[in-house]
Amino acid sequence: MKEFFLLFVSAIFVNNIVLAQYLGNCPFIGTSKKISVAVGMGSAVVFVATMAASITWAVQEYLLDPLGLQYLQTLTFILVIAALVQFVEMFLKKAVPPLYKALGIFLPLITTNCAIMGIAIICQREDFTFGKTVAFSFASGLGFMMALIVLSAIREKIEISRVPKAMQGTPIALIMAGLMSLAFFAFKGMI
Amino acid sequence: MSRLWKEFSKGLWTDLPPFKIVLGLCPVLAVTKTADNGFGMGLAVIFVLTLSNVFVSAVRKIIPAKVRIACFIVIAASLVVAVELLMQAYAYPLYQQLGIFVPLIVVNCIILGRAEAFASKNTVLLSAADGFGMGVGFTMSLTFLGGLRELFGYGTLFGSQIMPESFKPFSFMIEAPGAFVCLGIVLAAMNAFTNRQRRKKGLAVLDNPTHDCKTCGICGH
Repeated sequence: MKEFFLLFVSAIFVNNIVLAQYLGNCPFIGTSKKISVAVGMGSAVVFVATMAASITWAVQEYLLDPLGLQYLQTLTFILVIAALVQFVEMFLKKAVPPLYKALGIFLPLITTNCAIMGIAIICQREDFTFGKTVAFSFASGLGFMMALIVLSAIREKIEISRVPKAMQGTPIALIMAGLMSLAFFAFKGMI
Repeated sequence: MSRLWKEFSKGLWTDLPPFKIVLGLCPVLAVTKTADNGFGMGLAVIFVLTLSNVFVSAVRKIIPAKVRIACFIVIAASLVVAVELLMQAYAYPLYQQLGIFVPLIVVNCIILGRAEAFASKNTVLLSAADGFGMGVGFTMSLTFLGGLRELFGYGTLFGSQIMPESFKPFSFMIEAPGAFVCLGIVLAAMNAFTNRQRRKKGLAVLDNPTHDCKTCGICGH
């Protein structure tokens, strides 16, 4: 139990997927202009990351490892993720229309989100068990969502303040992300 | 010939990734601790980008429009597997340094963005020129950013000591926060420079290139 708790806290705060591991930066900067968009994107990532990591874990364990096809990991994982995103989209559209309405437009973006594939690969490289894979991917997704929402809140404030012309938009967002990352650095000694 | 040169050279300055076309930020931030790593990552991207453009362009008339993205991903993923195997065989230390960012080349928006925006509409030769140019531009940017961070973070450049003995390494630069701040400042400097040039020529000042999903063009948002 303690092990899972530590894994959880470290994935959210200490080794935050965006702020410490540099994964998923494109959507982090791209979809953080508005809080409502950030919440939608964040929840879509939590949902898909958990499912993708669990399914790729099973694929690796029961398909690639027994057949000795480890070198096809990259190709298989990206195909599994692309297919999964397609299925989730179709399923949500039919079964849970309100959820589809909230997450639908973010789902196609997620195939090329390196946080999803990155989390799946990290789980493999760390040799996680199935339970740990689920916990780690869920926590990492939450970490992503938290960072995204915080950054979008900061950017909504920046929108109305005076920023030098050349810094407007992406540059100031990156610098803000850097300051957030610096703040998260303080968690380093915690675990 | 001039067309070929035009497609090649736009990646070197006017559309320089990732500073002018703000795409594929993860490897830009993650592997630029040193100039060496940035350069190595750039070479891997040149290989994948050029060949994926060539293959995508070669099969562009056969692929049905509905499944094109999936096909682009398969082409890119096969090339990335090839790069992984090549790096494991001939550049193992670099492969270990770059870590999970080698397999993650497959989800780098530059690869899919160029396939969608250029290679799926142009001939093989032009696409090759475009991919190679973009790859070289990406390598230059990564090496530059890596050099900058290495110079201040370690006091070295490509592994050899540059700063005087009395220089105290500024370790902020080589950690994650330094990566974000450094890229932000370089982007801002780039914007300021471009707009100064334009103002001198009497052209209208451009808005900053933003990092929007629109620049990627994959999903149509």
